[in-house]
Amino acid sequence: MSLEVVAVGPSVLVQDRGRPGWAHLGVPRSGALDGPAAALANRLVGNAPDDACLEVLLGGLALTSDEGVWVAVTGARCALEVDGRPAGFGEAARLTPGSVLRLGRPETGLRSYLAVAGGIAVDPVLGSRSTDTLGRVGPPAVAVGDRLPMGRPAGPPAAVDTPRPPATGPLRVTPGPRADRVAGDALDLLCRTTYAVSPDSDRVGLRLVGDALPLAVRDELPSEGMVLGAVQVPPDGRPVVFLADHPTTGGYPVVAVVDERDLWQCAQLRPGEPVGFTRSR
Amino acid sequence: MHLLPVGHNAVLVEVASPAEAVSLATWARDRSLAVDVVPGARTVLLDGVVDADGVAGVLATWRPSAVEPGPLVEIPVTYDGPDLEDVASRWGCDVDGVVARHLATEFTAAFCGFSPGFAYLAGLDVEVPRLDTPRTRVPAGSVALADRWCGVYPTATPGGWRVIGRTQARLWDARREPPALLAPGTRVRFVAG
Repeated sequence: MSLEVVAVGPSVLVQDRGRPGWAHLGVPRSGALDGPAAALANRLVGNAPDDACLEVLLGGLALTSDEGVWVAVTGARCALEVDGRPAGFGEAARLTPGSVLRLGRPETGLRSYLAVAGGIAVDPVLGSRSTDTLGRVGPPAVAVGDRLPMGRPAGPPAAVDTPRPPATGPLRVTPGPRADRVAGDALDLLCRTTYAVSPDSDRVGLRLVGDALPLAVRDELPSEGMVLGAVQVPPDGRPVVFLADHPTTGGYPVVAVVDERDLWQCAQLRPGEPVGFTRSR
Repeated sequence: MHLLPVGHNAVLVEVASPAEAVSLATWARDRSLAVDVVPGARTVLLDGVVDADGVAGVLATWRPSAVEPGPLVEIPVTYDGPDLEDVASRWGCDVDGVVARHLATEFTAAFCGFSPGFAYLAGLDVEVPRLDTPRTRVPAGSVALADRWCGVYPTATPGGWRVIGRTQARLWDARREPPALLAPGTRVRFVAG
């Protein structure tokens, strides 16, 4: 049982819920950047939450299966075709042997998630099938010609109540451990500024352009552990929100932390789109 | 010991030294206080804290004390790095002097970062500044110095540390148990080889 990859777009990666617990050895947690979307795709095809799916950046993926299999695509809404005929987004669809599923380019958002019943069954590394783009742990990026093994489906997909997508809004933040490194109230300044997503954003971090946060102390800190969602301020004052492939330790001050519930938005924000912050309550 | 909040389910603990950080991290890991226990140079991050309300009370019972010495790993080094003479001139000695000082030092892995299996080894009592322009590719196994740290590159990566030698030792293998040769707390001796 395998999927054969016919075409890829800018990036297709195997992702599950990542490999927490190895940060002390310098291993990023990795995992699907839009967690709720990946979880929904798994639910739609009857998978367990830990099963691996494909994280597809800006569409372009085409693949075929050697067996009939249930599939579902969630996340950034894109056109789907099976052998040239439109297929439903955000619902389970049956892929017959030899037919070709194609994901178009989303009009909004960045990352779509394709789950197959049984999950993508590449060998796990340190307990996860996720590709970590920073430390190069886990499988390589998916490429044309790859045959991706599939696990055994648990059973036919159950009828699933598809929840509404979570609401977008300013990213909720709490004060970070080094908020006092900013001249003034770090959270006030952060919440009063509208930033734009920089084109060099990736799975490591959402890089922001806009008014620089004034740093009262510019010296680097002794390296310290970093968390998912950390808002780190390098010497140029432009904040970076750490995402799943973030380095495990760093020396630039963390002045705020984005609430985990809002991190999925960071997975879907396009370069140039506005980003705001608000105090978490 | 000083606690700093980091979001809803993590806490950063400031301590006095890298040795205390290793000691506290080992203590916290033994008690499964968090999913990730990450020592830094002067801190320990507890991320994914199991009991967010109770963790401060538990941490208050920790006392810095003499740490059980970690396992000792010997790493054979060929001292022929491109920055060896540069380090010698900064230390006011010859190349043999740099090698002798490196061989005589017992290092301890204080924390990891930068790339999987890259340990910051404490023990030097002299400094080495980083390169002004990092190299775009430092080969795997390069033994290098920066500030008062020594490190061995587990994989070929860009890097700004001054390279004094190389080793064949495998620093990182995700399919080995344990995957990192130098986990925090490990003692390290370099041997000429």
